[in-house]
Amino acid sequence: MSEASTPAISLKGVTKRFPGVVANDAITLDFFSGEIHALLGENGAGKSTLIGLLAGMQQPDEGSFELFGRPARILSPRDSLDRGIGTVFQHVLLVPSLSVLENLMLGGSWWRPLGREGALRTFGELAAMLGVTIDPDAPVGRLELGQQQQVEIIRALWRDAKVLILDEPTSMLTPQGVEDLGRVMRRLKEGGVAVIFITHKLREAYAFGDRISVLRLGRLVGAVPPERLERMSELEVTDEVIRLMFGQDKSYGDMAETLLGRGHRGRLNPVNRSGRPLLELVDVSTAAEMGECALKSLSLALWPGEVVGIAGVDGNGQKHLAEVLAGQRPVASGRMLIEEVDVTTEGVGARRRRGLSYITDERLGEGTVSSMSVATNLVLKEVGRPPLWRSGVTLWERIHESAREQIVRHDIRTPSERTPLGRLSGGNIQKVLLARELGEAMRIAVFNKPTYGLDLQNTNLARQRIRESAARGMATLVISTELDELFELADRIAVMFQGRLVGIVENSGEDEERIGRMMTGAAA
Amino acid sequence: MSAEGLPAAVLRVGLPILLAFAAGALILLALGKNPLDYYAFVFRRGLLSWAGLQETITRSAPLLLIAAGLIVAFRAGIWNLGVDGQFLLAAVVCAAVAPWLIGFLPRWLTLVSSLIVAALVGASWSLVPALLKARYGVNEIITTLMMSFLGISLANVLIKAAFWDPATTVPQTRTLPVASRLPRLFDTTIHFGIVIAVVAILFVHFVMTRTAFGLKLRIVGANPHAAVHAGLPMAPLTFATFALSAALIGMGGAIEILGVHGTVRADWNPAYGLLVIPLVFLARFNGLGSIVFVLFFAALQIGGESAARRLDVPHYYVLLLVSLVLLFLAIVEYLDQQSSRRRVAA
Repeated sequence: MSEASTPAISLKGVTKRFPGVVANDAITLDFFSGEIHALLGENGAGKSTLIGLLAGMQQPDEGSFELFGRPARILSPRDSLDRGIGTVFQHVLLVPSLSVLENLMLGGSWWRPLGREGALRTFGELAAMLGVTIDPDAPVGRLELGQQQQVEIIRALWRDAKVLILDEPTSMLTPQGVEDLGRVMRRLKEGGVAVIFITHKLREAYAFGDRISVLRLGRLVGAVPPERLERMSELEVTDEVIRLMFGQDKSYGDMAETLLGRGHRGRLNPVNRSGRPLLELVDVSTAAEMGECALKSLSLALWPGEVVGIAGVDGNGQKHLAEVLAGQRPVASGRMLIEEVDVTTEGVGARRRRGLSYITDERLGEGTVSSMSVATNLVLKEVGRPPLWRSGVTLWERIHESAREQIVRHDIRTPSERTPLGRLSGGNIQKVLLARELGEAMRIAVFNKPTYGLDLQNTNLARQRIRESAARGMATLVISTELDELFELADRIAVMFQGRLVGIVENSGEDEERIGRMMTGAAA
Repeated sequence: MSAEGLPAAVLRVGLPILLAFAAGALILLALGKNPLDYYAFVFRRGLLSWAGLQETITRSAPLLLIAAGLIVAFRAGIWNLGVDGQFLLAAVVCAAVAPWLIGFLPRWLTLVSSLIVAALVGASWSLVPALLKARYGVNEIITTLMMSFLGISLANVLIKAAFWDPATTVPQTRTLPVASRLPRLFDTTIHFGIVIAVVAILFVHFVMTRTAFGLKLRIVGANPHAAVHAGLPMAPLTFATFALSAALIGMGGAIEILGVHGTVRADWNPAYGLLVIPLVFLARFNGLGSIVFVLFFAALQIGGESAARRLDVPHYYVLLLVSLVLLFLAIVEYLDQQSSRRRVAA
């Protein structure tokens, strides 16, 4: 860990440009063996681009790399592996139907027979080093996400990696899973590996990193070296990082809170649940296709003005829950009521007219049509209805006029209402969605991962909109994999595990451990 | 809807056509023909002579109806490749029905009813692919192609087994008398079918750009997940798309019979379907653009058929030209995107 030793990887003035944006701007940075280097930055800071360059998926426009003191170019993903750089991407990239060992043997030369014995030995050594226990013959699809990630780490180390890059590795883990990952990273460090730990959470960067570097808008804006980091308290590090990220800007208070995951916990006004609920699910089950998690007799009620958070590791039925509520997915059994009226068989349009809106997490996947204009996307769920259509004929003038109005009101940054939506930034696409879904007539809102992939400013904006709609008396459901987000927004937090609600607790902001346990399926 | 305006659009289409003609010239040279002679002949014959122009416009009529049908389907992301089966089956039933109806109905009623019957036959032949797609998500590219083979065979079977005109030795349907066919326009050989075809494609263009139904189809085509999310009724829309597309194509078959041939012989199959598909792509599913391309292609075809006899260049050469145009269109598009990307980055 001494400064005098040669870095495992050095970046010398690395620049990467994309149309309209400099994703990495003259970044000079060293990563050392036997050190966990936390790379901190919000969405859009250029972290993913940096990984892409190190993993050989893209080439820098300017600047160069040095590996152990020697100049090197990383030409392809294979080249990156050959040079001892292993990468674990944010989303699991394993073949679910193959066994753990088979997945690990996939990268070998095509002309060499698969050596099971040798592979098993390597697997044993790596598993022992990481301190994990995984059955090498289990199909990957049956493992929990945390275990799948461990397999990914083993695969990244498979070919004797000297450098391990972990891209937002905590995003799919329970709090306990995050602890396990921390242990694994520390053992790797002791084994002399240079660990590059990429995160947008300051707390994790402090907890696991020996050194913290901060990226902002493609630039390296500062770093806290190990000698200083050791002597600093969490509070001091926080102050320093916030100063690095926002400079002398006085308006950063909200963003700092968001960055720390310490916004206003709970809400001030208690919710009145004596009246009838606005929305009710009674014993709802769904049918699942391969690889999906169905709902298993789930019941839930929402009262006006209340925010209920749904916590849980991704893939535990959240998607089905959101789609059932929206009317996009039929139920296999059970009932859904809005103001005690049975709406189980109603579709998206009918429920929308009852005031229910669904803000999907797949903004480009299903929420919008990226090739169509902003104006069209703003009316995507109203097609054919007056006053923007008259006997089925589109009144484009009116649509464009109303779009211009919304663009101003919701501060959507777009060249024109006719611009294809796909050209907008992620934050502005979310603004289009929120403008469409949170109109005056809406009374129930279902948010699925409302801040996923947004930068701090837009994250704050989205959370602000959620608070506002609750204050207006809407019943709001927020599905999120970020516990901090739910602690900040929710009145009650329900935990989903394998399609069931394991439990539901009043949000006091202090039940993190209990909720974390429930996320692994333990009863409340 | 493009932002850059008409000149750029013309250039983007015109340049590939020029390049295709240049590349085609090299092939003609290799065949030992003079390309200038060939091109001059084709255009004189297909566009610049009065007789040729009338033939070109007449040929355009069924092609335009097919294009209209394809635009509906392709805009909705449904790849109806069963054109030939739908076209031929409708043509055969039309050729069987019209000579029978004329026996007791006035001419105009015969023509209108035959057109409607042909549209229904075309639509019915798309029912199976529509059902399989809507219910079970079976890929329509496979099912429409298969149904097309079946349709072509069934058309022949119908002629030989049911509609064979007893007065003829070769298997063919009874013939609609020339006097009872679609009326000619003024003093030309062009029949009324071209009016039907142009109205149909303008109607389709209007529906796709200016109505809720058209917008729904485009949403389904551009992003089916968004269509589900927005609560669009996927199954009814799928059926409607298939039916409308195949009905228009079936009408194309009908006007070719009611306007030109008056009868269908067994084994007659002009195979227009696969010819029109690239044209519709060239026009980017735009109805107005399709009219231009269809006319252009019909002129090439008429000129090319004549050149095959006079200059001894196989008429397949016309298909070669069309494929070269498509190829260069893709190349020009790619280069354009590359340069605009560079412009933004700089």
